[in-house]
Amino acid sequence: MTDLQAPPSRRGGSAGGHVGDSPIRPDGVPKVQGRFAFASDLQADGMLWGRTLRSPHPHARVGALDVGPALAIPGVSCVVTADDVPGAATYGLIASDQPVFARDVVRFVGEPVAAVAADHPDTARRALDAIAVRYEVLPPLVDAAAAADAPSIHPDGNVIRRIVIDHGDTTATGDVVVEGSYEVGMQDQAFLGPESGLAVPDGEGGVDLWVATQWLHEDRDQVAACLGLAPDAVRLHLGGVGGAFGGREDVSMQVHACLLALAAGRPVKMSYLRDESFLGHVHRHPARLHYRHHATKAGDLVKVEAEVVLDGGAYASSSAAVIANAARFACGPYRVPNARIEAVAARTNNPPCGAMRGFGAVQVCFAHESQMDRLAARLRLDPVELRLRNALGTGDVLPTGQRITGTAPVAECIRAAAAHPLPPPAGPQLLERPGGTGRTDDPARTRRGVGFAVGFKNLLYSEGFDDTSEARVRLAGGVATVTCAVAEVGQGFVTVAGQIARTALGCDAVVIEPATTVTAGSAGSSSASRQTWMSGGAVLQACRLVADQVRADLARRLGVAPESLALGDDGRIRSLSAGRGGDGGAQGPVDVTVAEAAGDRVFTASAVHRHRPTVPLDDHGQGDADVSYAFAAHRAVVDVDPDLGLVRVVQVATGQDVGKVLHPVQVIGQIEGGIAQGVGLAVMEEIVLDRGLVRNPSFTDYLVPTAADAPEVLATCIEQPEPGAPFGAKGVGEPPTISSTPAVVAAIRDATGVDVTRVPVRPWDLV
Amino acid sequence: MNGGAGVYELVVNGVARAVEGAHPGDSLLHVLRDRLGLPGAKNACEQGECGSCSVLVDGALVCACLELAEAAAGCAITTVEGLTPAGSEPGDAALAGDVLTDVQQAMVEAGGVQCGFCTPGVVVAVHDLLARVPDPAPHEVREALAGNLCRCTGYGRILAAVEQVVTVRSSATMTPPGAR
Repeated sequence: MTDLQAPPSRRGGSAGGHVGDSPIRPDGVPKVQGRFAFASDLQADGMLWGRTLRSPHPHARVGALDVGPALAIPGVSCVVTADDVPGAATYGLIASDQPVFARDVVRFVGEPVAAVAADHPDTARRALDAIAVRYEVLPPLVDAAAAADAPSIHPDGNVIRRIVIDHGDTTATGDVVVEGSYEVGMQDQAFLGPESGLAVPDGEGGVDLWVATQWLHEDRDQVAACLGLAPDAVRLHLGGVGGAFGGREDVSMQVHACLLALAAGRPVKMSYLRDESFLGHVHRHPARLHYRHHATKAGDLVKVEAEVVLDGGAYASSSAAVIANAARFACGPYRVPNARIEAVAARTNNPPCGAMRGFGAVQVCFAHESQMDRLAARLRLDPVELRLRNALGTGDVLPTGQRITGTAPVAECIRAAAAHPLPPPAGPQLLERPGGTGRTDDPARTRRGVGFAVGFKNLLYSEGFDDTSEARVRLAGGVATVTCAVAEVGQGFVTVAGQIARTALGCDAVVIEPATTVTAGSAGSSSASRQTWMSGGAVLQACRLVADQVRADLARRLGVAPESLALGDDGRIRSLSAGRGGDGGAQGPVDVTVAEAAGDRVFTASAVHRHRPTVPLDDHGQGDADVSYAFAAHRAVVDVDPDLGLVRVVQVATGQDVGKVLHPVQVIGQIEGGIAQGVGLAVMEEIVLDRGLVRNPSFTDYLVPTAADAPEVLATCIEQPEPGAPFGAKGVGEPPTISSTPAVVAAIRDATGVDVTRVPVRPWDLV
Repeated sequence: MNGGAGVYELVVNGVARAVEGAHPGDSLLHVLRDRLGLPGAKNACEQGECGSCSVLVDGALVCACLELAEAAAGCAITTVEGLTPAGSEPGDAALAGDVLTDVQQAMVEAGGVQCGFCTPGVVVAVHDLLARVPDPAPHEVREALAGNLCRCTGYGRILAAVEQVVTVRSSATMTPPGAR
């Protein structure tokens, strides 16, 4: 176990830079200087500003559209609509069902209808106002549970995907049964850097796009299809990415900017304002869940029945994968011998939903953990004991029939979270009390509560998806140059890639080349907690190929057999049998780093990393769909002002299954950041919908935790190396966001006695 | 609203800069970023909620998105690009950008930077806080930074960075605490 609560001075950036150290981020210095170029910072000579006209209605027929008045405004260069899309009219991650621009019908508030390019953002904004669109408003379909039986709002139908998991004896019953209904509101990724990109036409019909995204090659393919161009005529380059959290998996402004640039024959920059950003990317699916848990009197789970409805919004995005996750992880990280799970993602006229950190596991975790607390109360068992009693471990079988072959230290996570010290009572400072300085609670009436929750999800893509990653490594003059198209979105892959190269090659200097579709194959998406494993694995593999070349070259130069030299995991080449004849030639035994052995000679290798194959779920929800799982447990402490219903989350303690810590500072950063987002969903974050209208598309009304809201975090990493993962490291980004939410809600229930069944918890839910 | 092109002068990081052809309604943020080539202040909400565009105007911490650029004419404007280590002058071209301030250094070392979009605003806000309050209590740091949203870090490593700066400054014998 690694306790990440050491003093900051011991955890600060260290110079070593190898795996297990905490070197500073290679992009850290330009970022603190304000010199790092984010996508919204990009400029080009002769650049125009692009803006998007969006539907004000959740559902309407689109009639006459007159762009003439916009084109008449001085400074306006061009306007594009559905008529100007030369290639595929639609795009999408899994199903191509979302129009580049609405043609006959708009299906959500904010759906793009047209885009303009002008000499100044204000000119573009006035041009949008000048475009006349006639809408015939239609009643919106906003109830996902009713969508299956409602008239179709899209040619692909209203059911995006339905999954049934039948496991064991679905007629089994337990001594005790607890039942509950739960609801999860729509959360937003709320990354700070708005959707932005700069499209530059190449004068030969092609286009270069610098863009903030999570997956360059997937964007490239979708954009090229819509532009009717060959993929190599569309070159994507990573613009600096100001956070992502799933919200940049889908195309937003990419096609629009390229269309405008090609139409204008000039560079076009698009950068959303915050209100547009809230409408312009997918959100976390709102959920309604109904559960029935069966258990023995002693507290062993017998069966879980679950019905899960996710609101997919108007377009499919990644809903088909999110609902599969919700189904697979619906029972939580417990041994559940029998299960019946029915999960549906349905289409509505609400904003489209897709990927967000936790990807389907978040919604069901709130429900299954609420159920575990109900069960503990019914059985008069300690909630932690009940969870330990049923905790999954290696060798156990999941409701999908998949046996866990990797590490599954669920009990260790639970014990570690529970072992952290509890915080002292709230002090006299207002900021330490519910409501902070804005309101004052009555300290005598403030109640403290403690809650517990456990969660898990898959690492890497699942259900047969072969999400490979390619990397190239060049070693020369002691410098390793890594080329890989990973989208660095803030997670720190660029740091980890350097650590891997230094460790595998024994060099000090590492250069990470810019990510682009021009120089590298796909690295896959920066999502599913996959890049350290997949692209880290590709970098490691390429380094080892380079090292092998160096070893062979050294052997040739020394006149010894390559087999007499061994490559160590520490990036050194050593004679296998020091002191005996032939191993080091005339110069004696060899013990050098790969980089030293390479000297000024140039060695280059490429590698494509693959994970072991998986299969789709069958009609009964059975199949080995996942590569690996990561687990975490959270204990939350809250203070609640029962008069105003205000909650202060005081502390969150966690035990997390990480495989191996590659960079202690970055791991604690992921854990603290993920917990903040989980806390946000628990007590403040929700896109408020009213008959399809978004009521709070701003940081004034969509609240994310501030420095005054964020709890103290105590973290313990459980290090059990995962077979098949580079260095045994599991992805660490998502688990902190999954069970932190139900832990906070359990603490609120503990403090207030109110049976809260919905997140985010609002003041009026408590008073 | 496009009533005429403004011509005025802004003093940014100690250097007088002519602003020509700006729209009268242009925010200080827009002019800094898109006319003066200083993209350090970021555009995350453009309504004063997130603090990503934090700059100092005559020593006061403000959101550049809420300031009318023309109204800042004649004021001393400091952006993240103009922060310099203690002992040097703002705008000292030999230092600015090449040497990190203790706050910048601590942010990098302590892991206060992930995506980095909030970072310039946080750096400016921390400089402002520590100039006013050399040895802030933890809740004072949290309150001072409550106007700077960070979506990546959960603030833990940012608070650790501030703690690191305070510790180093207060233990430095050559420099009075908080001096810069």
